[in-house]
Order: sequence, then structure tokens, then C-alpha cells
Amino acid sequence: HYEEAYGEARLKCPHVALKQHRKPGFFWWLVLAMAMMRFYIQKGTHKGLYRSIARTLKFFQTFALLEVGHCALGIVRTSVIVTGVQVCSRIFMVWFVTNSIRQIQNEESVILFLVVWTMTEITRYSYYTFNLLHHLPYFIKWARYNLFIVLYPLGVAGELLTIYAALPFVRRSGMYSMRLPNKYNVSFDYYYCLIVFMLSYIPLFPQLFFHMLRQRRRVLHGEVIVEKDD
Amino acid sequence: MKYLRTSLHEAHCIFKCKVEPNATIGEIKSMFHKSHPQWYPARQSIRLDPKGKSLKDEDVLQHLPVGTTATFYFRDLGAQISWVTVFLTEYTGPLVLYLMFYFRVSFIYAPKYDFTTSKHWVVHLACMCHSFHFMKRLLETLFVHRFSHGTMPLRNIFKNCTYYWGFAAWMAYYVNHPLYTPPIYGEQQIRLALIIFLFCQIGNFSIHIALRNLRPPGSKTRKIPYPTKNPFTWIFLLVSCPNYTYELGAWFGFTLMTQCLPVAFFTLVGFIQMTVWAKGKHRSYLKEFRDYPPLRSPILPFIL
Repeated sequence: HYEEAYGEARLKCPHVALKQHRKPGFFWWLVLAMAMMRFYIQKGTHKGLYRSIARTLKFFQTFALLEVGHCALGIVRTSVIVTGVQVCSRIFMVWFVTNSIRQIQNEESVILFLVVWTMTEITRYSYYTFNLLHHLPYFIKWARYNLFIVLYPLGVAGELLTIYAALPFVRRSGMYSMRLPNKYNVSFDYYYCLIVFMLSYIPLFPQLFFHMLRQRRRVLHGEVIVEKDD
Repeated sequence: MKYLRTSLHEAHCIFKCKVEPNATIGEIKSMFHKSHPQWYPARQSIRLDPKGKSLKDEDVLQHLPVGTTATFYFRDLGAQISWVTVFLTEYTGPLVLYLMFYFRVSFIYAPKYDFTTSKHWVVHLACMCHSFHFMKRLLETLFVHRFSHGTMPLRNIFKNCTYYWGFAAWMAYYVNHPLYTPPIYGEQQIRLALIIFLFCQIGNFSIHIALRNLRPPGSKTRKIPYPTKNPFTWIFLLVSCPNYTYELGAWFGFTLMTQCLPVAFFTLVGFIQMTVWAKGKHRSYLKEFRDYPPLRSPILPFIL
């Protein structure tokens, strides 16, 4: 769900640098999609699917940081913050939820958001790559600006359901938490941190979704996108 | 003389008036306010060029590059609130909140601890220091500081109060907690921390007095601050904004005294913000004064 922030970043990045970075990204997500499909076809179940793709996913999801960082050099601060927040939330999901809490790795909601992320990223990267080559087929443009209407809410649902499923395990194990008394005189409860993280979707999701809707109206009606920095 | 006023976003004339050549921008703002009561002078930004800098209230018409007829551009700065109001509100919060935690008012900690006092004397000391700090800030706001700008945008009060009140509650919760752990090195650590804290409080106050004395009452002139007879101001030789340096030192002392991670975090965030401010101030000093002492750093001698 950092599409529109990426859109902003793209407008400001020099084309040459973009080409170099877009192609690997596209490649990674295609690899992931194929690995997921192959697993499902071979095993007939989604159980264990996460484990099989976990390393690849962690690797290039973290790689996305570099990609964003590259674009961030020379961009107005607000874009960096928006993009940064969104990449961070994905990394949080991958490293601090699905990676750390093994019991939820076979949940259907995990497959849901993985599928959604894969489809979104493949569409997005194809869009950028074809755009750069100045040979953009209409269906890719259509896909990029229409699929999100379904994919974005589904992805959010997948993420939220996963965190919700993880809550009891976090509570029971007390992971990443610190209690009093201790010499730093601080306490941290990962359980409540996750709840706050879930609640943060309430203000953030509508804003991003409606931004994408506005983008869609402009692009599909042939208007020029003018990114306004607030 | 005739004046046209146009809004930045709509190209229509909204105000025409006749004024003397020696009228000031401030007087024009008052006249504008009379015909447009919703835009009080503090929220008016008047400029000669839509993208230019805002004109000052003291600027006199005949000294501006205008002819017999002048066109000014008006911009609404949004609802404004006075600096004094903001400071008083944002500093009273931490003072009151910390005391509520110190006295362990109901619903904060477990009921069996309500209205009890901590058995560690450092907790009492910390309460005195924290309260002293914010009382000092309140008194300085009322009697010492001379503000260049009368007002700031209204939304700042919500932002600032969230920051100060939020952090105060977070820090106070842990320092006054029944399960609080006193500093590892005990009395030595607390004594050293107290010395640093008091030294920096006096230093910070000295700088505020020195800065106040730079500016005669009611004026908005800007001058380079120099060391005075007070030894605490000798730091001006090395630093542009020693008030921030001393403030950082005071909070560092408080962190050492309480050995509390939220306090350390507050100190760090404050340090980052004050460094940004100090660098900005340093840059504007350099821009404004040709003969600005080259040895000075913005906030930390030789480092930052």
C-alpha cells in the first residue's frame, strides 16, 4: 500500500536510476509468485507455504528499503516520510509479525496478504517498466489503477486478521515485552503495541485509498498528475 | 494615495483605501481589519509580491518601493494564538501532570498505592527539580522573554501541548512508580546529576536575562549577543544558542538523576529539535551580521 507514495517518488527520480531499480524489483516479485504457485500446485495446501518463501520474502522486502532510500535522496521531505512509513509497515509485518510468531504462519490471512502484495507489486513494477520503455499497454495501466480497489482492502484485511490471530500468542509468551522493575525504569507491552498498530489503520487506510481513487480519476481520464506537497 | 488589495488565490480587488505616505503597514492592517472583521491584524500577511516576503508592521509606506498607487497582496495566515498563551499552556501541563503522578492520584497505579509516597529520596528530589524547571519556564515567559512575533498558528498549541504533556506523563509515570529502581551508582550519581542540573538551570536563566537585555522594551531589534560579566554567559564565545546548550545539560542531568529511559528519550528528542532551531538561528545570525564571531558553533562548542 505504498503505491501512491511510490508514484510521487517516481516522478522525481531520474529515469536512468529508475530503470536499474525497477527491473530487479519486478523480477523478485515474479519469482515469489511462481514459488507460491508451484508450492500450492505440488502440495495442494497452503500450510507450510509461508515457510518455503520466508527467506526470499524477507530478503527483498528489506531490499525495498534500499530502493526507497535511493529515491529518497533529493526528494522533498514529505514524500520520504510517507514512503518511509509505508515501507516500514510492510517490514514490520514481515519481520515482527509473521517471522517472529510461528504459530500464525499457516493462517489463511497470511496467504491472503502475500497474494495481494505479489499481485500489486507485479502490476506496479510492470507499469513502471513499460512506462519507462514508452510502450505501455493499456491493460497494464488499467490493472494498476483498477485492481487496487479490490486488492488494497483485501490486503489490509489479510494484514489485520494476521495480527489479530497473533495476539493470543503474543500475550501468552510475553515476547518483545519488558516489565517493571528494571534498571531502565521503563516497560513495554508488545501486545498493546500491536493493538495500537492495528488501530492506526483506521486513520491511515481511508486517506491512502481515497488518494489512489483520486489518482485513478486523473490518470484514466487523461489529466496530468500534479503531485501536491502538503 | 490609493491602494488595491487582492487575495493570493482569487484575483479580485477586496479593499481600496486612501492613506498618508507616512502610514505604517500596521496601521493599514488595522484599517483592513475594520472592513473585514474576520481577519484581525495578527492573521494578515501583507506583501508587495504574491511570492515575496511578508512586510513588517513597522514598515513605513513611503520607504517601500511603491508609487502614488500601490498594490499589496494579502494572505490569510489562519487562526492565530499568542506565544505567551501557548507557552503558559504547554508548561503548566507538565507541572500539574507530574505532581499528579508524584502524589499517586487514583487510577494511575494500583489502588493500594493511591496517595502513598515513594520510599526513595531521589524521587522527591526529581519532583522538586522537575517542578522547579517548569515554574522557572512559566515565570520566564511572563517576566523575562521578549518575543519577536506576537502570534503563531493556532494548530501549534495542540501539537506542542501533545508533545510536552505526553512526555511529561510518560516520564512521571515511571519515575513515581511504586516499582521504580533508583540509580545504580546511588548517591554519587544523584549528587553529580543534581550539580549538573542546577548549574545548567542557572546558566539557562543567565542566558535568558542576557538576551532580554539585548533588546530594549517594546523593540524588535536584533543584535549579536556577547559575553557579559556573568561567567555563565562566557559560553557565548563558543556557542550561538547557549540557552539550548544549558537546556540540554539540565535534561541530561535529570536523566542521570532518575536513570529512566523515557527521560533519556525526551532528552534526545529535545536535543534534536533544539539543534535544528540552533542551526537555523546560527544561519540567520551569519546572514544578518557581517562581523559575526567565526569561532561560534550553533549548540555544542566545536561539535555541532
